[in-house]
Amino acid sequence: MDLAFTQQQQAFREEVRGWLAANAPLEPLQSFDTEEGFIQHRAWEATLNKGRWGMVTWPQVLGGRGCDLIEWLIFEEEYYKIRAPLRVNQNGIFLLGPTLMEYGTEEQKARILPKMANGEEVWAQAWSEPNAGSDMAAIRTTATLEGDTYIINGQKTWSTRAVWADWCFGMFRTDPESERHRGLTFILVPLNSPGITVRPIPQLDGLPGFAEIFFDNVEVGIENRLGDEGAGWSVAMATAGFERGLMLRSPARFQETARRLVELYMANRESADCDPAVKDAVLGAYLDAESYCLATYQTACRLNKGGKIGAESSTNKIFWSELDQSMHATAMSILGARAELLAHAPSANGVGTWLDGWLFSQSGPIYAGTNEVQRNIVAERMLGMPR
Amino acid sequence: MDFTFSEDQLLFQESVRDFLVNEVTAERIRASWTTDSGREDALWNQLAELGLTGMTVPEVHGGLGMTELDFVLLAQECGYVGLPEPLVHTVMVAVPLLNDMGGELAAQWLPKVASGEAKVIVGLEQNVLVEDAHVADLLLIQQGAKLYAATPDQVSLRHNESVDPSRKLFTVELLDGASVVASGEQCAALTASTLNRGALGCAAQVLGLAQRMIDLSVQYTSERQQFGKPIGSFQAVKHHMANVAVRLEYAKAPTHRAAYAVAMDQDVAAHAVSHAKLVACEAANLAAKNSVQVHGAMGYTWEVDLHIFMKKAWALANTWGDAGFHKRRIGERIFVTDAVLGAGATFV
Repeated sequence: MDLAFTQQQQAFREEVRGWLAANAPLEPLQSFDTEEGFIQHRAWEATLNKGRWGMVTWPQVLGGRGCDLIEWLIFEEEYYKIRAPLRVNQNGIFLLGPTLMEYGTEEQKARILPKMANGEEVWAQAWSEPNAGSDMAAIRTTATLEGDTYIINGQKTWSTRAVWADWCFGMFRTDPESERHRGLTFILVPLNSPGITVRPIPQLDGLPGFAEIFFDNVEVGIENRLGDEGAGWSVAMATAGFERGLMLRSPARFQETARRLVELYMANRESADCDPAVKDAVLGAYLDAESYCLATYQTACRLNKGGKIGAESSTNKIFWSELDQSMHATAMSILGARAELLAHAPSANGVGTWLDGWLFSQSGPIYAGTNEVQRNIVAERMLGMPR
Repeated sequence: MDFTFSEDQLLFQESVRDFLVNEVTAERIRASWTTDSGREDALWNQLAELGLTGMTVPEVHGGLGMTELDFVLLAQECGYVGLPEPLVHTVMVAVPLLNDMGGELAAQWLPKVASGEAKVIVGLEQNVLVEDAHVADLLLIQQGAKLYAATPDQVSLRHNESVDPSRKLFTVELLDGASVVASGEQCAALTASTLNRGALGCAAQVLGLAQRMIDLSVQYTSERQQFGKPIGSFQAVKHHMANVAVRLEYAKAPTHRAAYAVAMDQDVAAHAVSHAKLVACEAANLAAKNSVQVHGAMGYTWEVDLHIFMKKAWALANTWGDAGFHKRRIGERIFVTDAVLGAGATFV
């Protein structure tokens, strides 16, 4: 065990910091759930890609830097510290990208990854359906192969970023006789295909962060199938693993929230201490964010040495999503009567970002498999409790 | 950056776990409750033969010359079996204190500790009572700004019963002959680092205790049937245990980091130890709460083994600094104007 960064790692940190300081937008961008904000964020992806900072863990030949997980964590720390923009293409670069590298053909990788990397093609998810949420194996949207073309019919919902995205990826039922997780196929669909209707769904903040997608005889070439026909479930499990796991939720974001929470508490200490529970909650938030960081570094080091992710990784999403929610709940208590003010309200004086975070934190325990489903997974696969 | 244990450390953990699980059974612990001392020389000698009592004793004094980091995984295993013998105290508390003090006392006692011939027990004011004072061949007792050394004939002990029948607690009155071995700033420094190591040992043990409580609960709820199914198949029961697993999973890395910080004598050690003690004890307390619940009425009995581990976890939660003590120390680091917090600050 050696808990010091190497000179090389420190130099990498300096390089990240230097580039971000010179290139990250000085003013926060509009939300990427607005049309203008989406364009701004797409441009930022191009800027990142030009500096080869878009996907540092991707291989060099694909425009990445081939970074290991420790360098990735360092990159994220610097990224969140400077409050660089959120990643509009996270469905692509963090979820589909790694899945493509594992399951895609050379043609698919060459065709799809470069445009994903520079933000030219932004990706939406198309997992859930009105009757297939936590129970994803209940998917009913069909894809029927005719010659070299799939004909897709049905409906997807809660498709994050689908309003302005260029493509979506998801699972479709290719074998109409099949049940549950058999007979599903992973297909990539251009959102400008004839027969597609996207209906935006406003989220808690009023912005259309997700959408319903209706498929009416949508034709998709077989070259857009990822993995074998009928193998969709195992491909999707790999993607979902990326979503819940280490890659998307590095600790930096939560540590920065905890730091800002400590600062918020310190700035409002007199009123905050009227409720003695607040100080304890702030301290607990700091400790949990640190625990999450330490555990992530420990896992990353183990993986770097050839270890495998085990069933214990199912605890990950429960921990960070509930931490995020409780940190923002504490911030709302500290803000008191100002907590409800929207960011642009004249008297908000900058407190609105906490409200945005509070609203967003409500989604964490729900998406990527509700925390109830995650707890079942922990109990059954990690602890071995009976089904 | 390498936050992993070495092959050797993991192999040692495995062999010690095998030994402890085979030797320190619940039956043996229950049997020890019926004896006067609650301690077994035979078991202590076995631990010594494995080199465990001398793990942190320097090689020149007949030990293995290892560190708190080498021992932290083993301390977890001691917790897992609810080991009544004062092994964690010896390796994490008494020996390092003697190492810090050095001199004649260390040269005289460390070889005997390594060989298993003698036990050295430390009493800090923070703990009010002294654990295992009745089996000590040498006591190192803090009183105010002074640290005393005393042999059994130089003290008067009074036993205090604990909720955990395996814990033997004593008030120690110093009699004629007890000698001052450190005072003033030196005593304060020795006491401070000893307290950190005691709290670290506590954190590691309760990680093991929490895991044991999970294992017992999973086993019980897999066997116990109601409504025609194992009760462990019900989500309400599953989620109780999943909640424990989550808290426990994220208490491990802080404890291992604290062991590293202590072993490397880093400035952050006290802070890291307090972090570990708080989150590990929180996980263990939740393990106790949810385990007794999923055991139903059986969990409220003396017959079922759960209480062996639950009671130890309860006791350890408030020793070597209770939650208030450790939260205050965390607060002293984060609730200050120049606090270094946030992304990238963890390993600074």
